[in-house]
Amino acid sequence: MSNTNTATERVAISDVRRVAELAYLELSADEELRMQRDLNAILDYVAQLNELDTSAVEPMSQVSEVLGNASSALRPDTPVPCLQRDRVMASAPETDGAFFKVPKVIER
Amino acid sequence: MTKVDSALPTISELRAALSDRKAAATDAAKACFARIDADDPTIHAFLALNRDAALKTAADIDAAAAKGESLPALAGVPIGIKDVLTQQGLPATAGSKILEGYQPPYTATAVRRLADAGAVLLGKLNCDEFAMGSSNENSAYGPVRNPHATDRVPGGSSGGSAAAVAAGMAVATLGTDTGGSIRQPASFCGVVGVLPTYGRVSRYGLIAFASSLDRIGPFAANVRDAAAVLQVIAGHDPCDATSSTAPVPDYTAGINAGVKGLRLGVPSEYFAEGLDPEVRRPIEASIGQLRAAGAEIKPISLPHTRYAVPTYYVIATAEASANLARFDGVRYGYRAPNSNTLSAMYRQSREGGFGPEVKRRILLGTYVLSAGYYDAYYRKAQQVRRLLTNDFLTAFNGVDAILTPTAPTPAFKLGEKVDDPMSMYLADIYTVTASLAGICGLSVPCGKSSDGLPIGMQILGKHFNESMVFRVAQAVESLQQK
Repeated sequence: MSNTNTATERVAISDVRRVAELAYLELSADEELRMQRDLNAILDYVAQLNELDTSAVEPMSQVSEVLGNASSALRPDTPVPCLQRDRVMASAPETDGAFFKVPKVIER
Repeated sequence: MTKVDSALPTISELRAALSDRKAAATDAAKACFARIDADDPTIHAFLALNRDAALKTAADIDAAAAKGESLPALAGVPIGIKDVLTQQGLPATAGSKILEGYQPPYTATAVRRLADAGAVLLGKLNCDEFAMGSSNENSAYGPVRNPHATDRVPGGSSGGSAAAVAAGMAVATLGTDTGGSIRQPASFCGVVGVLPTYGRVSRYGLIAFASSLDRIGPFAANVRDAAAVLQVIAGHDPCDATSSTAPVPDYTAGINAGVKGLRLGVPSEYFAEGLDPEVRRPIEASIGQLRAAGAEIKPISLPHTRYAVPTYYVIATAEASANLARFDGVRYGYRAPNSNTLSAMYRQSREGGFGPEVKRRILLGTYVLSAGYYDAYYRKAQQVRRLLTNDFLTAFNGVDAILTPTAPTPAFKLGEKVDDPMSMYLADIYTVTASLAGICGLSVPCGKSSDGLPIGMQILGKHFNESMVFRVAQAVESLQQK
């Protein structure tokens, strides 16, 4: 298994790192190599979608588009009770009871 | 066709026993827990048990029955819940370490409807992590074993849900199906597993994997019981904007009408090379029985079938990458200790909490949505999704239901496919088409391999035509018993 980016390889290690950064995942060096191999294998397989001419086809994102019932979902804009704070904060890793406490946000 | 152990009553047998004012609910619940205590150390279907609350519910049902009170539809029926569904009072892990110990603050609508119908909720069932997998080997809490052969997988991602019914640990269970995760384990475990139409069952309280594909559905030992459970959980829910207002028919009415005069389509693309002869044989035998029973078997074509797996793995992973962004250590779940900055906390919590398959899918999904690749992959897949859906809409103009194998092989061995993700993904080859189109279907046992492993037939119906699917499945089941 080569880890150099050949001309036919879609995904380079730099691509894996870029995507991992976007996804807030911190991969080990081993994981990076494995993911590169796996992503290449999967995307090679996915490439067969290009065999199809879809130039005249509308993308389909929701089954409701096909069923024609997409617009029934709205309700009146009136406030209703939502989850109680104490129930939600009971799951918080760190809290003062009102807020979720986290490490510092500004890094510079 | 017969489950591994048939000590449990069917739903109608249980109802009859309750009417006779025997302590039927308590007996059934105790039988389930006895089986769990004896066999679950091996099978590992359950992640959490609700023993005291379940036995109390059963006792309350028996007391009401003894007084002659009218009982709700699923009174006393012991049911397990896949751990991607929330049930207040029990943890919800989604099979992941990132939610270890998480106690959800609300109960999923489907679960609440079962409880309101008098079901005895036994506990939470093991599954592939975040419902991603076809073998239940991706659970962070250990794999589930197939009760028919414990060196084999039960299928996934709802492996625990299928195994629990097959092993006599529950009369019914809830699972979820995004690319086949109810149907394929039903096939591997020799039980009935239902894929309701997208939007038929509310997804409120389902920990989301892919929001345009996820569905909740029942497992049971027979078709009628599966229909009875769907009856209770189906229907519009204002808490789920994608849930349908289409009326819910009586799913057991007409279930015994048989197949005489029905047009059943058999798509050539599902019977090509790659189909194990061990699967082909019982499926073709079953189709022969349906023909002898008066159905018209029509060869059909679903021409875009071979593009379904790549389409699915682009769309499902893209949606998953968005849905799993919420697991960041801030509000719930695992938070990595000693992170210096917020973004380090995000990265370290996700890295520490997610398993390898989940990470792989998040990365793939992020890649196909990223700038420069969105049109080539995601938009393209959405276009192919429409072509696949149109294949079905066209086919259903000429047939009432479609018959296919559920899985290309019988249950494979634990460890056999874990190192080859593509090989694992191809296990979904017959199920992802219906997932993408939003149509309904189920898997019903139709025979065994020469090793004695269960084989399921998939029956597909057009949107909201579950009644037709149940009718054909009931015929398959009844013909098995001859």
